[in-house]
Amino acid sequence: MTGTLAAIGAGLAVIGAGIGIGLIGGKAMEAIARQPEASGDIRSGMILMAAFVEGAALIAIILSIFF
Amino acid sequence: MRQNLKTVVSMHTRFKISFVLVVIIFSWVRVFAQHNHDHHENTHNDHAHEMSDGNSEHQESHGTCGSHDGHAAFDPASTAIHHISDANVYSLLDWIRIPLPTMLYAEDRGWDVFMSNVFEIGHHEDGHQSYNGYVMHEGSVYRVADKTFPQEGSVHLGGFTTESQLIDGKKRDVTYVCYEGNKFPCESRSTWDAGMLGGGVSSFYDFSISKNVLAMLIVSIFLMWIFIKAAKKYKENPHSAPSGTQGILETLFVFIRDEVAIPFIGKDKYMKYIPILMSVFFFILGLNLFGQVPFFGSTNVTGNLTVTMVLAILVALFVNFKGNKHYWQHVFWMPGVPVAVKPLLAVVEVMSLFIKPLTLMLRLAGNISAGHIAILSFIGLIFVFGNSGANLVGSSVGSLVSVPLTMFMMAIELIVAFVQAFVFTILTASYIGAATESHDDHH
Repeated sequence: MTGTLAAIGAGLAVIGAGIGIGLIGGKAMEAIARQPEASGDIRSGMILMAAFVEGAALIAIILSIFF
Repeated sequence: MRQNLKTVVSMHTRFKISFVLVVIIFSWVRVFAQHNHDHHENTHNDHAHEMSDGNSEHQESHGTCGSHDGHAAFDPASTAIHHISDANVYSLLDWIRIPLPTMLYAEDRGWDVFMSNVFEIGHHEDGHQSYNGYVMHEGSVYRVADKTFPQEGSVHLGGFTTESQLIDGKKRDVTYVCYEGNKFPCESRSTWDAGMLGGGVSSFYDFSISKNVLAMLIVSIFLMWIFIKAAKKYKENPHSAPSGTQGILETLFVFIRDEVAIPFIGKDKYMKYIPILMSVFFFILGLNLFGQVPFFGSTNVTGNLTVTMVLAILVALFVNFKGNKHYWQHVFWMPGVPVAVKPLLAVVEVMSLFIKPLTLMLRLAGNISAGHIAILSFIGLIFVFGNSGANLVGSSVGSLVSVPLTMFMMAIELIVAFVQAFVFTILTASYIGAATESHDDHH
């Protein structure tokens, strides 16, 4: 039973991260379309932000593995 | 146009042929595995004979090695965990086994240094022999907890069983080794975390050159070799266009310098931090790609939490030692906010000092391990559909499903290998940038 609950927790964490990364990617694409000359800066900013969001999700997943 | 069409068509046929070849190879893997399982079962029967011959006086004190469940249903999860774990033997295709130097230290018996082939490692990386009270199960060295087990020299073992037991209110898997019809409980795998992460505490330390250590040594030596080669070329003719390895390295090097180092650290002082950024990037990238090579041990070094923990701690120490006055002021007494908020922000900032390396560690290990587990699960489909080698039609269908999925996942993993090395470097650069920012850079 604990295993099932942990899996649900991991799934919820991934939903959150998915929404977050989707928003970041979408907005970054919009920004690049608006200002193609700034695409380099936008891309590195996008990857950095996606990494932060992913970090939060990973902490949740690790916690759901251990508890 | 016609020529183009021809090439496209020939590419198409070539792709088809290679696809069919891969499917055939995978089917062969299945047949091979089936053969192994049969072999395995036979040996188990032999052991059953041995067990019935064994003396019965021990059987009361230790549990007996009861009826083995034969070759049980294929368990994808435990197979995947076994394949992404570190090991004391380097196996290529479960067939060629390269023994590795094993160095064990136990407080009650001192050092034991030997090559891991003394265990006579067989299928599933299980050892057929014990050595000085140590045994090998699924590639890892275990110590037999029961001291009535022969503590000196080698004895022939009758296989392993794993049972889950309730210890201190937590469910734990305990490995038992069979010897002369009795089963002896083993200690947990050697761990440094004092059992905090669920591994349990063991009475010995493992300082071996394990599979992961070997992979790190190979990658480090390879990187040193190609970089020294490229550097020599630059020295000899500095004005010629780069060629060969020089070209690949220059592309990556300039990319990290222009996209990571200069924007995050600043144009005037980025040169001081180039060595750590480049070392981190190429070390992680090299290990990520080394783990992607098919049929070459599939080491999971950057997916190992210990390795990424050391990397993250080194980065955190570097950043905090390089931190200037403004950095520490921002941590403990944030300027520009009301005094009432300052202590609250200090707590948050101090927490983030520890959360930053923690996420650095988890992100890399999580991404690389997840990729390896996904590939192993797709390959496991063959065994799930094929009823672990018993159903020919099922495993053929499994191969047809599994091959394209595995190829797709490996392509994704190739991107992830680059992206994760890049993300680790970019975060390191941003932490260094935040720590070394001088006051007149912003505001």
